[in-house]
This record gives sequence, structure tokens and C-alpha cells, in this order.
Amino acid sequence: MNETYRMLAEFAQTWGLLYFVAIFAGVLVYALAPSRRDRFDAAARLPLQED
Amino acid sequence: MSLWNRHKIFETNSIVLILGILVMIAIGGLVEIVPLYYLKSTIEKVDGVRPYSPLELAGRNIYVREGCYNCHSQMVRPLRDEVERYGHYSLAAESMYDRPFQWGSKRTGPDLARLGGKYSDEWHRAHLADPRSIVPGSIMPAYGWLAQTPLKADEIVQDMKVQKLLGVPYSDDMLVRAAADLRVQATTDDPEADALARRYPKAVIRDFDGDPTRITEADALIAYLQVLGTQVDFRLYDNKANVR
Amino acid sequence: MAHTVPTKQMTTSEMGLAIVAAVFALFALVVAAKAHTPEYAFHAAIFAIAAGASVFAIANRYFDRPAMLPPQEIDGRPNYNMGPVKFATLASLFWGIAGFTVGLVIALQLAWPALNLGLPWTSFGRLRPLHTSAVIFAFGGNVLLATSFYVVQRTSRVRLAGDLAPWFVVLGYNLFIVVAGTGYVLGITQGKEYAEPEWYADLFLTVVWVVYLLVFLATLMKRKEPHIYVANWFYLAFIVTIAVLHLGNNATVPVSVFSPKSYIVWAGVQDAMVQWWYGHNAVGFFLTAGFLAIMYYFIPKRANRPVYSYRLSIIHFWALIFLYIWAGPHHLHYTALPDWAQTLGMTFSVMLWMPSWGGMINGLMTLSGAWDKLRTDPVLRMMVVSVAFYGMSTFEGPLMSVKAVNSLSHYTDWTIGHVHSGALGWVGYVSFGAIYCLVPWLWNRREMYSLRLVNWHFWISTLGIVLYISAMWVSGILQGLMWRAYTALGFLEYSFIETVEAMHPFYVIRALGGLLFLAGALIMVVNVWRTIAGAGEAASEPAAIPALVPAE
Repeated sequence: MNETYRMLAEFAQTWGLLYFVAIFAGVLVYALAPSRRDRFDAAARLPLQED
Repeated sequence: MSLWNRHKIFETNSIVLILGILVMIAIGGLVEIVPLYYLKSTIEKVDGVRPYSPLELAGRNIYVREGCYNCHSQMVRPLRDEVERYGHYSLAAESMYDRPFQWGSKRTGPDLARLGGKYSDEWHRAHLADPRSIVPGSIMPAYGWLAQTPLKADEIVQDMKVQKLLGVPYSDDMLVRAAADLRVQATTDDPEADALARRYPKAVIRDFDGDPTRITEADALIAYLQVLGTQVDFRLYDNKANVR
Repeated sequence: MAHTVPTKQMTTSEMGLAIVAAVFALFALVVAAKAHTPEYAFHAAIFAIAAGASVFAIANRYFDRPAMLPPQEIDGRPNYNMGPVKFATLASLFWGIAGFTVGLVIALQLAWPALNLGLPWTSFGRLRPLHTSAVIFAFGGNVLLATSFYVVQRTSRVRLAGDLAPWFVVLGYNLFIVVAGTGYVLGITQGKEYAEPEWYADLFLTVVWVVYLLVFLATLMKRKEPHIYVANWFYLAFIVTIAVLHLGNNATVPVSVFSPKSYIVWAGVQDAMVQWWYGHNAVGFFLTAGFLAIMYYFIPKRANRPVYSYRLSIIHFWALIFLYIWAGPHHLHYTALPDWAQTLGMTFSVMLWMPSWGGMINGLMTLSGAWDKLRTDPVLRMMVVSVAFYGMSTFEGPLMSVKAVNSLSHYTDWTIGHVHSGALGWVGYVSFGAIYCLVPWLWNRREMYSLRLVNWHFWISTLGIVLYISAMWVSGILQGLMWRAYTALGFLEYSFIETVEAMHPFYVIRALGGLLFLAGALIMVVNVWRTIAGAGEAASEPAAIPALVPAE
């Protein structure tokens, strides 16, 4: 039991942490990249356009 | 860019979005569920825990049918007041044959994990028929129809076969004798009682509903309530062997 | 599609669906005849009648319709398909009233148990799942169907994909609800909270849900806008994740095709984990992600300004769906579930506070520069207050997921209060707001029949919510403390029944709160009915109204 626990905890504290940070960084880059500014601004206006 | 190419980008975006969502949700679920099939504390057997007898299984199905889990938990937490109020905290192994599990999420009424043997059959009969005749402040509904409805469980062997398919260790002998076992367990002083008790150790065998002429839903439900939490002998149980 | 063919022909989908429905009707009849229990025979008969009726409806529509199916566009503008949206909107009103009424009944039963009537089909244990399913899946589900079909069309600028498929989704979903609800009353249940319908209803829902996903996805794929608006991201996450959860938590083996009974593949502790992985994410993806989609479309639309930060909404989306899926084990603190899983669930629940409040801020700040509209537009006020309730319950949730707090709050009414601050305040109000927006849009009315009635609805039900959740906080914490109270001699101070008796006044207050909430919803129904009937259109109230019309 202790063996399993230590293994799992070690995995979570290394690879798990790395995985979270990578995902979060990826989302931040995607959302905040200046190159997407215009696209997102246009998208934000989608509900307000009338047809 | 041709129209076709534009269209392809649209389709790709929505598929990428779906895949992204699936990856995100799959990892969390798998990490929490899969180990429960490998860790010692969640798959280990504990002496005494056995599959439900036919009558108990029929009773459990009535417990599920009436939605008892909406107000009663079956999970004693290892907290001082709960252990003193209800008894030894619940072990994972004690619900290993529970399909579905009935740990519950609300205690409008008390926990039932260790109800077995706490009260007499007469108490249960009167309490089910009219809870306030026994416990004046109770807000439990009356379940008078249980003692008046004959138990429909001729097909209980089919239920046991499905459970066996899912891994519950019912022997061929148990399946063959299912219908007879169901009748025997609801009968006081039946000659077959000893054989039944060998198949299902600690099974409570007697007429539960006070009407020996027939087997009612009350027989089945009380048989189930009387076995709850009684299978493990905690005088012999080694809690160090099962640290969680 | 027979766009260029002048002669009238049955489409493949009309033909195909009619044949499938006819075969299914026959099959259901056979099952009804051989069913093990009368309750199951009743359900098989419902399926047979519904399948037969759909064959008739398809044929009837074929004879009535012109040779060509409705065009995708008229004069270069998308020809939106609003029939299914209208149906789901009205269905949500019907189920809302039904669900709130049953909720009131079971609240009264807890205060006065004689109201259980001693009958099987009116006892609390059978009616409580009826209440939860009616409000979550019937009311909330129809609101999500209506709004998702509306939003995906408007933000993609195309007609809803499919001809019969959208109708199959809304009608099939409501048939599932009828089967599930009547099943509970008759004693057909899986015994898993929020997943009570038995195997055959689950299978049928799976088919409906897959068609739902396909209709939604196909509409997105043929969109005329380059970007998929963020509300559709939330809808898509809701649809996909609910499908996965539904399949996982309902993996059962039926005893026989002629029996309603089934047994779940998972047992004991594994079943508990799967159940609350499902249960908590039903909250996360049905009651949160789906209704956040409503927030991201209807609040900007009603306030007539874009969402505060589109980038924040993207971060909100990924953070929310990533974190939510882990939080399930906090329903199993101190149980036989291993400690590491409990700790994992607690950690992620606490982290979940961040994206939740990010989303709340995004919704609220959309109003920045237009706060005056809160005073003049009761519909917008309702939606903004719903976001405030969202913030409140997503603050309370992480708090209750902390093990030390949970040891007190779990199994008590505190949980019920928490759920209802989210359900009545957040889900209820954002749904009401969306309905108040949708009804005039769908039936081509300038505005709701009466904004004063919306105002009455708002204040009456707000009072109801306040009574409800404060009564449950007090009763929950009181009962939790009474359970663990010790005398000076070290004995437990209260018997269990003493703690039950202490709950009575709070149960009465709670029922009163529920009554007020129901009364507010009834006002809404009257208002919607008058709006659709066209009352007040010609001779609308002058002076006060013009300022309230959304500038479109």
C-alpha cells in the first residue's frame, strides 16, 4: 500500500504537475496571442450582428 | 482559397474542438476510476462478506425500488460520533456485492449500514407499517403495502445469473436452489435451514412478516435489513491489514 | 434534398425513419405482450404508441407539405428552423411547473409526513427522483435544447442541420422524460441518484443524444461564420461530456428484454466512484457548462454589448472543463473510497473556484458601462442576479469540498441548500431570463406582454430563494452540530430522532420558499401565454415601455 501510494504521489507531483502547467500555458498562449486579437474581437460581436 | 478549402477548415475546427474536450475529460475520469480496480484497499476481500441470498437480494431490490437511499445512507464514516452512534466504520469490501451501491448522500433518517440485528422483526413490521407508532417524531412515510403485497420473485434466479455474469460468485448449487432457498429463508424452523445457512453464512432464517402462510415484500425487505452490516465479525477483523 | 426536382417525393430520411419507427412499434408491442410486470408493459405500450404516432406524423407531413423541403436561405438570409426551438421552450415551461410542484409536495411531506398518503406512488422515496429529474433533465434539458438550437443557428448564420432529426431530438427527449418520470412513480428505478431511469430508457436516450450531437455538429460544420462562437463551445462540451458520463454510469446488464430490471457492471466502491464522477459532472457539464453557454449568448445580446473579455471566456472554458472532471470524489469524503482519491477530488474542487469566478466576472462585467439597464430591464436583472448566484454557489461548493467542512455538512440539509442556491438562483434564473428573451424573438413580438409581471416574478421568487437557502443553511449546520454534540460525561447528547424533530420549523420555511418560487414561475407562464397570444401588441403600454426595448 505504502509502495503504491509513494509511486502515485511521485507521479502526480512530477508528471501530473508538468501536464497541468503545459495545458494551462497552452490555453494562455492560445487565448492571449496578439495575432488572434482581431479574430476574437470579431467573434465576440457574433451575437450582436443581425441578419 | 477555394470554397472547398474554406469548408474543410470549418469542419476541422469543430472536430478539433470535440477531440480537445474528449482528451480533457478522459484523463481526469480514468485517473480516478481505473486504480480502484487494482489497489489492495478497494479490491481486497474481507472474511465474512458473501453474496446476498435470494430473499435478501429480492429485499434489496425493494429497498432500491422504494428509493430508501434518498433518506438513508449506508456508509459509517470513521468519525467519533458516527462510530459511537452506528458502529464500526464501513469497509469497502462490505459493499463489494452491492449493485448498485447504496451509500446514499443524505441522512434525513439515520444511517442503515449496521442496522442488522439492532431491532426485532416485530419492530420493523410495526415501524414499516406506521413509523410514528414506534417513533413519534419520525417523518418517514408509512410502507403498509409491503406486508400486504405477495413477493413476486419466481424469477430471482435470473437476477442471480446476471450477477454471476458480472462476477458475483454464486455457485451452480446456489442457482439451482434459488427458488427453494427464497422460500426456506422466510420460514421458521424449516428442515432445510441448516443447508441454507451453509450456503449463505449468518443468513437470518425465519418468518419475518408475522404471516407464515405467505411470503410478502415485507419478508424480503426485513430479511435484507436484518443482514445489513452483520457479515464481518469485527472482533476478528484486523484493521491494519486493510489500511486505506 | 429535392431542391431541383419539381415532383413531390418522399425523402430518404422520411422513408427511413417511418420504416424504423414502424418496426420499432411492432417490437415494442411484442415486448408489451410478453413483459414480466404490468409497469413494464405500460412503458412498452407508450413506446409502441409513440412510434406509431411518429409514422402517422411523418406520413401526414408528407401529404401536407409542398414538393420542396424548406430552403436553406430566403433572399440570401438564412431560413432558420425555429419549430423545434418553440416546442422545447414550451415544454420547458410545462416541466418547470411540474417539477417545482413536485418539489413543493415533497418539501411539505418532510414537514408533515401524513402527506405521503401511505400509497406507493406518492411516497417521498419515489417522488424525490421525480422532482430532481423533472427540474434538472425535463426543465433544464428543454431549456438547453431550445437555446442550443437557437444559438447555434444564429451564431452560425445557417439553418439547423437535418429535416426530421431536430424534431426527433426534441420529441424523443420529451418521450424519454415521460417514460423516466412515470417509471419512478411506478417503482422502476436503477437506484442511482440523478441516473434513475432503467436500461431501456437509457438506451433510448443514448440514441436521441447521438442525434442531438450530430445535428449540432452538422450545423456548426456548415456555418457561414469563420469562428465558432464561445457559447457553442460550452454547448458542445455539455453534449459530448454528458454522452460519455451517461454511457459510463449506466453500463448495465438487463435481466431480460422483457424485464425492466438491470444490474450495474460496477459494484460497491467502484460504482460509488463512477456514480459521483457522473453525478458531479452532471452538475459541471449539464447545469454549469450548458447554462454558461446561455450566459455567453443571452447576456451580451440582451445588454447589446459584446462579452467583457472574449479571451477570458476561452480561458474560462478550458480551465472549467479540465478541472471539473476531477472533482467527483468530494461527494465521498471519509467513505471507503481511498484517501488519495478524496484528496484529489478536494484539491481540484478548490481550484475550480478560480475559473468559476473568472466566468462570473466575465458575465457581470459585460454590463460595465450599462449598469443602468439593471434598473430598467427586469429580464437582464434576472440574468445578472443568476450570475451572482453562480458566483455564490461556486464559492460555497469548494468550501464544502474541504474535508473538515464536509465532515459537518455532508448528509445534512446544508447540501440541499447549496444545490438549490445553484439550481434556483443560477440555473433557474438564467433559464427564466433566456425564456423571457426567446419568447418574443420566436413568436415575433416586440417584447414580453408585461415587464411588470417579470418584475413580480423576479421579486417573489427571489424572496422564495432567500427563505429556502437560509432555512437549509440553519437546519443543515444545526443538525450537523447536533449529531456530533457530546454531554459533559462524554455521551452523545442527542438521539437521532431529536435532531429530526429540530428540523420541523425549517422544513416549513423551506416549503414556503418553494411555494413562492413556484408562484413566480406561474406568473411567468401567464406572461408567456399572453405574449404568444399577442395581447398588448397593438395597444402596448406607452411611455414606460420604449426605453426598455433592446436596441436591435
